[in-house]
Amino acid sequence: MQRLRQRDEAVFALLLDTWSRGMLRAARAYVASDQSAEDVVQDTWLAVVRGIDRFEGRSSLRTWVYRILVNLAKTRGVREGRTVPVGLPDDSPTVDPARFQGPDDRYPGHWRAFPASPESWVLSREVHSLLDRALAGLPERQRIVITLRDVEGYTSEEVCSILEISAANQRVLLHRARAAVRGRLEEYFEEVAP
Amino acid sequence: MDCDEFVELVTGYLEGTLDPDAERRFVAHLAECDGCDRYLEQMRQTIASLGTLPPESLSGAARDRLLNAFRDWPRAS
Repeated sequence: MQRLRQRDEAVFALLLDTWSRGMLRAARAYVASDQSAEDVVQDTWLAVVRGIDRFEGRSSLRTWVYRILVNLAKTRGVREGRTVPVGLPDDSPTVDPARFQGPDDRYPGHWRAFPASPESWVLSREVHSLLDRALAGLPERQRIVITLRDVEGYTSEEVCSILEISAANQRVLLHRARAAVRGRLEEYFEEVAP
Repeated sequence: MDCDEFVELVTGYLEGTLDPDAERRFVAHLAECDGCDRYLEQMRQTIASLGTLPPESLSGAARDRLLNAFRDWPRAS
């Protein structure tokens, strides 16, 4: 932090290179295109440069940078009038209820047929593009949470702090997002390796 | 615990935030249900696969512009 204030360019370049990757993905949760995401990341760094001498260190530097990013990306997303996928209510089941036995079956609430073992889930470039599409199909709040947590590896504390949401809320969003992506992977692997 | 309850507790379990009673029932169910064992494994694989997505990077032009902006920004007195 001190070195940034002293205009240490090497430190700035390092942060720029390390953090921008995740920032591009995070911005993409809110805006309509890769180009818009890059614009938002640039605007964020410019705001960081302008604000660096006023940063008070009440949160970590990374949290502060990401909060700026999320605010700019949200504003831009609204301006672009992007159509956001709408999710199911937060208390609806994350697995199709038809997968479980009904009240008249022998074991209500238990699997009708077991899910496949994921041993055959081999990652490939095709799976990466499937994952990208699965993320793109998530409602905005789920997408930002799963991107920060599972793609970028941030802790739940950091994510709550960046998005200013409660731990319980973060967990619900993460769970729904993971369950949705799991469903897409399951569908895909049932088709390629039945 | 039934399987349809189990699937909704997976993230809480992985995050270590289930209350002790729910965690005990979760683990007991896991021990006796192959279907839920696979479901949990699928969720773990899902998380692991998201972590392998390749990083994106800023274009060279954008990076240069930002480095210049940093260099040129006056220091606070």
